[in-house]
Amino acid sequence: MNARIVHIASNTFREAVRDRVLYNLIAFALLLSGAAILVGQISIDIERLVVINLGLTAVSLFGVVIAIFIGIGLVSKEIEKRTLYTVLSRPVRRWEFIVGKFFGLAGTLAVNTFFMAIGVFGALLYVAHKFSAADATILVALYFIILEFLIICSLALLFSSFSTPLLSAVFAFALFVIGSFADDLRGFAALTHGVTRLLTMAAAYLVPNFSTLNVISAVAHQQPLGSQLVLHNTLYALFYSAMALSGAVLIFERRNLK
Amino acid sequence: MAAIEILGLEKTYKVGFWRKRPKRALLPLHLTVEEGEIFGFLGPNGAGKTTTLKMLMGLVFPTAGTARILGREWTDPEVKAQIGFLPEQPYFYDYLTAHELLDYYGQLSGVPARDRKHRINEVLARVGLTDIKGLQLRKFSKGMLQRVGIAQAILHDPKLVFFDEPMSGLDPLGRREVRDLMEQLKHEGKTVFFSTHILFDAEALCDRVAIIHQGELRGVGAVEELTASVQGKVEVVWQGTQVPSSIKALGAECHVTGDTVRAVLDEKQQDAAIDALRRERIRLIAITPLRTSLEAYFVEKLQRSETTASTVGTAVGTKA
Amino acid sequence: MTTAQRTTITASVCLVVSLTACVLLLRHLDQIRPKATIEDVLYISSPKVIHDASLGFDGLMACLYWTRTVQYFGHRHYNLEDSYNELAPLLEITTTLDPHMLPAYQFGASFLAPKPPGGAGQPDRAIRLMEYGIAHNPDDWQLYYNLAFVYYTELKDYKKASEIFDRGSRVPNAHPFMKVMAAQTAEHAGDYSTARMLWTATYQTSNQADIRQNAVEHLRAIKVDEDATNLQAAVARFGERTGHLPSSLSELAGVEHWPSIPVDPNGVRYKLSPEGRVLVENPDDFPFITKGVPPGYKAPPPRFHSQN
Repeated sequence: MNARIVHIASNTFREAVRDRVLYNLIAFALLLSGAAILVGQISIDIERLVVINLGLTAVSLFGVVIAIFIGIGLVSKEIEKRTLYTVLSRPVRRWEFIVGKFFGLAGTLAVNTFFMAIGVFGALLYVAHKFSAADATILVALYFIILEFLIICSLALLFSSFSTPLLSAVFAFALFVIGSFADDLRGFAALTHGVTRLLTMAAAYLVPNFSTLNVISAVAHQQPLGSQLVLHNTLYALFYSAMALSGAVLIFERRNLK
Repeated sequence: MAAIEILGLEKTYKVGFWRKRPKRALLPLHLTVEEGEIFGFLGPNGAGKTTTLKMLMGLVFPTAGTARILGREWTDPEVKAQIGFLPEQPYFYDYLTAHELLDYYGQLSGVPARDRKHRINEVLARVGLTDIKGLQLRKFSKGMLQRVGIAQAILHDPKLVFFDEPMSGLDPLGRREVRDLMEQLKHEGKTVFFSTHILFDAEALCDRVAIIHQGELRGVGAVEELTASVQGKVEVVWQGTQVPSSIKALGAECHVTGDTVRAVLDEKQQDAAIDALRRERIRLIAITPLRTSLEAYFVEKLQRSETTASTVGTAVGTKA
Repeated sequence: MTTAQRTTITASVCLVVSLTACVLLLRHLDQIRPKATIEDVLYISSPKVIHDASLGFDGLMACLYWTRTVQYFGHRHYNLEDSYNELAPLLEITTTLDPHMLPAYQFGASFLAPKPPGGAGQPDRAIRLMEYGIAHNPDDWQLYYNLAFVYYTELKDYKKASEIFDRGSRVPNAHPFMKVMAAQTAEHAGDYSTARMLWTATYQTSNQADIRQNAVEHLRAIKVDEDATNLQAAVARFGERTGHLPSSLSELAGVEHWPSIPVDPNGVRYKLSPEGRVLVENPDDFPFITKGVPPGYKAPPPRFHSQN
């Protein structure tokens, strides 16, 4: 592995942590424990359902917000504040910078998710009093959420390689929302004709497909998840991120830094 | 080997909503900087100094032209291991300490792990930053940040250093320290290329200077030559407030300041003036050959018309 | 080649390859997760919860759910499925989010009430849906039409249908034929002419392809049923007069002085079975027919024709 990329990644991680990003875990912990206790009191036979749905949805949403805001900051802020000048005056290639930032951000989110996962399982134990074998699928759901983060990070980097921080955040968030409805977009496309159909189909394929990575309700109902799905989702997330990062590299390599 | 060869680097920005209006930030620049010298890149604000530096650093892409740094293409990433750069008003990662920052930069510059710690301490001492362990950069003053900036530029012991306005944000003591540092770097055999609009520093430090204005090179040359005694004049200083009539007769310009008189005379009239003073028993204080200040040269170059300036500039500045 | 060029080429190749891979993977994922979509969508089948979750963007969510409904139905219909269990919840969610989404009520009338495989076979839910629509859109005569339609076609409650047509005709700006239908259903309830009027009205008042095609199929079926009835009556008359069955329809045609042997809506001649039944040549072409088919014939799931 390229040493410089590793250094950039670890520095990014350190930046994020020092920037108090991990404090979001406190908010998350409060939310989840509050919900778990509340639901445990009410006891309407859907405690497990609520904890898993709420927990995993919160992991997903918190993570996306962090990914977008820190991800955007990564490149845009560095350019604005000119910390980038002293980095790029060293034997660092621009593409190494992008890739290093990506791994740093992804790593931060993975660590964040790890702690959140502990919280989710803790809350689950509290309401259900024991784990069942089917709970292992929660790990798969968490893994898919991390795959979602990879895609979001790569998109955040793509946008910040050429756009202002605010616009980048807006674009990234918009793509997250649209991507969550990717299946519906394909449905829309199927109902149109001609050129519109072509364009809508193209858009439907280009938009990140988060519907396939969202298995929260299936996991909540303890439905099994096939290994084929895991494999294909993994490949999809990796290729999509690679695509967005390639775009980011191509743009960033050509950018004049004011 | 020339440390820096700028071969026609040029930058035109397209401004305006439809990007139609070209703004020429830098006209084609030809400049050479020799190894081991301190070279000053002078000009008023907005002259194109920072643009030139950014192009050399690969931060901005030239519209035309190339450059060679230490004998290699300026775009070669490996060349960056041997150069250091201090940008104007640097800003660093808020949440790191100076030690962590330098460690990070050291890693990126390829300084081996076993040397890093030692070098970091060395370089921090050199720029006068002590007792800052554990202090995050966001708490540093402007002057301290400037010193950190210099530290990171020389950390990996580069052969060639680029400073953009190195004195900005420093008090007079700090500026003196930086000047001393730059002298030391030269004594170590390094080449220093720095841009500034403070002529006093340039005059004190530089071997050669280039003057740039509105994106165009107006003059290049050794400081010695540029401030050479022009038109062989001398300045005679004596005590008192009287000007002997014989000296007046020589057509000297005289200024009385407090209890001293200063007179500017032609070199050839020097002896006649001294005799006149001795005759009148006036106490001579000093005789100094008059040198044009760099400032005068600077102002003159800035006022020259564009066409004549460029020809003069290249003629004076080119070396075989 | 400079490093910059190398980076550009590598990145470009990576971009193209990744893009292709993504598209292929998505198509493959579609195979792996065919049913996941709608089941996921309806995991929350409580309209109230969805309303709350929509954060005020009910209209948009309604549009979304409507699209899903149409797709759901079309998808299953195309695949010749014989159950539409999610259709009612989808329509209920859509109309809860947007009670004024009239196309949804039309759709419910056409496809919730009929028995599978033509529909969901839930006329009671269809009626509930129409009544909900009427409650929220009291000035829309078409909802009365839709409600009466369900009573007429599926529940065969002609009296009730007539009442509703009547109620609907009193709505300001109601189409004049509401009064006509009220009278028609009261007096000539089971007649083919009444049914024809109803289906023609449905065809003319809807902009949705599925509903129109469904109406076309019913009109074609009515024609076949009518023809078969008339032909069968002619065969009976022949039998009474001559004491035996006609050998073929051409013989019958000659006796009855028809210009030619009658043809079905596809232009194919009807035929006569040895037992004297009038039969249509290709019964599979006419979903919804009740006459002109051999005994023990089981209709396949309806497939809509695309032409008139």
